[in-house]
Amino acid sequence: MNDLLFLIGFPVIIALLMLLVKDKIRNYIVIISALALGIASLYLLITYFNKNTVFFDISFEPATNIMFIIEILLAVYILYLGIKFKKYFTVALILLQAGLLVFLEMGLISGIHPVNNLFLDQFSIIMAMIIGVIGSLICVYALGYMETYHTRHTDIKDRRKLFFFILFIFLSAMFGVVFSNNLMWIFFFWEITTICSFVLIGYSRTPEATNNAFLALSMNLLGGVAFTAALIYIAIMDPSGRLFELDSLISSGYALAIVPAVLICFAGITKAALMPFSSWLVGAMVAPTPVSALLHSSTMVKAGVYIIVRFAPVLALTTEGFIIALVGAITFLLASGIAISQSNAKKVLAYSTIANLGLIVACAGVGTYNLMWVAILLIIFHAIAKSLLFLCVGTVENRIGSKNIEDMGGLIVRMPKIAMMMFIGMAGMFLAPFGMVISKWAAIEAFITAPYGLIFIAILAFGGSFTVFYWSKWMGKIISVMRHQEVVEDTVKKEKWAVLYILTALVVGVCLAFPLISTYLIEPFIMNIYGVTTGLSQANFAIMIMMICLLLIMPFSMLFYRTGSKHVSPYMGGRTTEGEMKFSGTFGTMRELSLSNYYMEKYFGEDKVFYIGTLLCWGLLLIAGIILAGVIL
Amino acid sequence: MNAEPVISLVNAVLFVLIAPLVGGLIAGIDRKVTARMQGRVGPPVLQPFYDVGKLFEKENMVVTVTQHFYVLSYLVFMVVAGALFFSGGDMLLVIFAFTLSHIFLVLGAYASYSPYSHIGAERELIQIIAYEPMIIFTAVGMYMVTQSFNVSAIVNSGIPIILYLPGVFIGYLIVLTIKLRKSPFDLSTSHHAHQEIVKGVTTDFSGSNLGKIEIAHWYEYVFLLGVVYLFFGFNPVLAVAAIIIAYFLEILIDNTISRVKWQLTLRSAWLIAGTLGIVNLGVLYYLKGVIMP
Repeated sequence: MNDLLFLIGFPVIIALLMLLVKDKIRNYIVIISALALGIASLYLLITYFNKNTVFFDISFEPATNIMFIIEILLAVYILYLGIKFKKYFTVALILLQAGLLVFLEMGLISGIHPVNNLFLDQFSIIMAMIIGVIGSLICVYALGYMETYHTRHTDIKDRRKLFFFILFIFLSAMFGVVFSNNLMWIFFFWEITTICSFVLIGYSRTPEATNNAFLALSMNLLGGVAFTAALIYIAIMDPSGRLFELDSLISSGYALAIVPAVLICFAGITKAALMPFSSWLVGAMVAPTPVSALLHSSTMVKAGVYIIVRFAPVLALTTEGFIIALVGAITFLLASGIAISQSNAKKVLAYSTIANLGLIVACAGVGTYNLMWVAILLIIFHAIAKSLLFLCVGTVENRIGSKNIEDMGGLIVRMPKIAMMMFIGMAGMFLAPFGMVISKWAAIEAFITAPYGLIFIAILAFGGSFTVFYWSKWMGKIISVMRHQEVVEDTVKKEKWAVLYILTALVVGVCLAFPLISTYLIEPFIMNIYGVTTGLSQANFAIMIMMICLLLIMPFSMLFYRTGSKHVSPYMGGRTTEGEMKFSGTFGTMRELSLSNYYMEKYFGEDKVFYIGTLLCWGLLLIAGIILAGVIL
Repeated sequence: MNAEPVISLVNAVLFVLIAPLVGGLIAGIDRKVTARMQGRVGPPVLQPFYDVGKLFEKENMVVTVTQHFYVLSYLVFMVVAGALFFSGGDMLLVIFAFTLSHIFLVLGAYASYSPYSHIGAERELIQIIAYEPMIIFTAVGMYMVTQSFNVSAIVNSGIPIILYLPGVFIGYLIVLTIKLRKSPFDLSTSHHAHQEIVKGVTTDFSGSNLGKIEIAHWYEYVFLLGVVYLFFGFNPVLAVAAIIIAYFLEILIDNTISRVKWQLTLRSAWLIAGTLGIVNLGVLYYLKGVIMP
C-alpha cells in the first residue's frame, strides 16, 4: 500500500519544492524525481504483476473531507477566474457542479464507509507504468524546452515555478485516478487533472491561450457535472455506499450500473476529447509542446479512456454501449480525415490522438473480451509513440522555428537524428509490424465476432487508410533529401537527447516485448473479468517479431551501398538546372523549386468534417440520453 | 503431426524462387497481348527478363544513396508478404506487410525531391488509400465465409467462396486494376509510354534499383492473382481459368479506357468498396444464420 501512496504523494512533495527552487537545482530535482517515479512504477510492476486484483483498506473519512475542501476551494478559484474573464458558461457549470457536490457530500453520503478505497490490478499497473515512465520523461524534457521557450518568447512572463508545480500535481492526480477504487476519489483526482490542464493550456496568458484554456475547462466541467450526477445517482440507489467502490459497481450488473456507467463514460468522452468535444484538445496545442505531449500521451485523455475501458464489462452488448462505441468510431473516421487536411504538425498529431482515442472507445464501448484486450494495447502503444512524436516536433520547432510540415522538408539532412526518431515514431503509429497496426489487426479480428461488428470494420478500413495517407506524406516530407542544407541539431541539450533516445527505444522495445506484456499483464486481467481471454497466436507472434527484426536490419544495407554509386541531380524534365533546387523559368529568370504535399481541403476540410462529426455525435449522445432517461424513470 | 509447418515453409521457399519467373512470364504475355490489341507484333514473351537483365548491367546512378535502402526494403517486404500468403499465413498480416512494402516505394520516390517523382509518390499514396479498404473487405469476406483468416484454411475449405462474395470479387478486380498499374487507374506510374508525369514514382530510379522494382512487381503479380485463386479455391481448374479471364479482362480495360484523374480514382474505388463490398458483406452477415452451417 505504501508504494501506491508514495506514487500519489511523492509528486505532490516535489511539486511543492518546485515552487521554491529554480534553474540548476530545479533541473537536478526534476531529473532525480523522474528517476524515482520511474523506478517506483517499475517496482510496482515487479511486485504486483502476478497478484491479480489487490485491494487496500484505507480509511475513507479524513481523506474524503480534505478532498471536499480542496474541491470547494478550486471551485471558488475557477469562479473568480470565470468572472474575471467574463466566461459565464464556465461560471454556470462550476456553480452547478459545486452545488451538486455540496448536495452530495452534505445530504447523501454522511455515514457511509466504503472500505476498499485503493486498489491495484494489471490494468492499473500498465497505466502507472505509462504515467510513471513516460510522464516523468516528459517532465525532464520540459526542463530544456522551457528554457529555450523563454529565450525565444521574451514577451511571455517566466512562470516556470508554477509550470513545474502543475506538472507534478498532474502526475500525482493521474496516479490517483488509476489507483482509486472509490468513485468519489476518482472524481476528485479527475477534477484535479481538469484544473491542471486548464492552467497549463493557459500558460502563456495570451488571449488565444486563455480562450482555449477556458474552452478545455468548460468542456471538461460538462463531463464533471455528468460525473457528479452519476455519484448522486449511486448515493440515492445504494445508501450503504458499497457501490461507490468501482469493482462492486462494475460487477453489480446492468440494472444498477448502466446509468452511472453511461454518465461517467460521458465524462470520459469529454476528457478524451472525442467529437463533439474534440475542439478543446486541438485548442490545447497553444500550450508549450511538453504540455501537449503530456496531455496526449500519458495523462488527461488517457484518464478519459481509462475510465471507459474500466466500464467496458457493463457496456458490453448493450444499446448504450453500442452508441458510445459508435461515437468513438465516428470520431476515429472523421478525425483521421481531418488530419489529412492539416499542415500544422501539432494539429496533425492532435487529430491523430483524437482518432486513436475514438478507436479505443469504440473497442471499449462494444466491450467484448477480445476488444478490451485491443483497447489496452492501443493505450500502451499510442502513449509511447505519441509522446515521442510530440517531443520530436517540439525539438524541431525550437530549432527551425516552425511547426509547419511543409517547412520540415529535408529534415533528414538538417536534423538527421531527430528525423530518424520521428520516422520511427510515425512507423509506430501506422506501419506493420509496429504497435498500432498490431492493434488494428486485432481489432478487425475482434470486431468480426461482435454483434454489428461489420459497421466498425467498415469504419476501421476507411479510417485506417486515411491514417496511412497523412503519416506517409509527412514521412515523405522529412526524408526528401535536399542538398546544401546545414546540420542544425548539435545545439540540442543532453537531457533532451536522453529522453528522446529512451522513448525511441521504447517504441521498438514494447513491440518486441509485446508478447510478454500481453501474456503477463493484459491476458490475466481480461481473464479475471470475463473468464475467457485472448491473444495473438504463437505463429503470428513469431512472424511479427521476425518482421521487426528484418526492419531493424534493413537500414544496415546502407553500409553496403555507401560507395560505388554515381550521384546525379533529380530529374527536372530537361530544364536547365543550376545547383540542385533552381531551374531556368521563362524570361531567363532562375526559379527555386519547391514541392508541397496534397491536403485535399475540398474533401477533408476541418470545418466541414468537424461540423458533420459534431452533428452526428451530438445526435448519438442525445439518443443515449433519452434511453438513459427511460431507464431512470 | 508437424507436417504443416514444413509444407508452409516449402511453399514459401517455392514462392520466393518461382514467383519472379512466373511474374516475368505474365508480364511478357501481357505485353504481347497488349501489342496484339493495338495491332502491333509486340516484343518476345521473354522480353521482361532481357530488360531487367540489362538494367542490372547499367551504371549505378542515384540522386541519394537512401534510394537503395527504400527500394531494397520494397522488394524484401513484397517477398515477405507474398511468402506469408503462399505459406498459408494470416490474410490481414499479409495485407499489412503488402502495404508496408508499398510505403517503402513511396518513400523512395519522395527521397529524391524531383517534382515528377514527388507527384508520383502522392498519387501512389492516393492509390494505396483507394484500394486498401476493399482489400481488407476481401479478407473479412473470406473470414465470414470460411471462419478463418488463414490462407491455408481458406483454400482448403472447399467452399465456393465466389458464390458468397460476388460483390467483393468485383471490388477486388478494381483493386487489381489499380495494383497492376492498368489504365484507367495507372496514375502514379504506367506501363504505357504516355504519362504526364514522366515515369511517376519510378522517375528517379535507374539501373539495378529500377530492376529491383520490376522484380518486386513480378512478385506482386503472383500474389495478387493468388488472391483471385482463393475465390475459386474449391476447383483448381476453374480457379486457373478465372485467373486467366480476370487478367485478360484487365488488359482489355487497360487498352480501351483512358486514364482518369485521381479524384475519380479515389471516388470510384471507394464507391465500389462502400457499396458492392459492404452490401455484399452485410447480406452475408444477415444470412449467416440461415445458410451457413
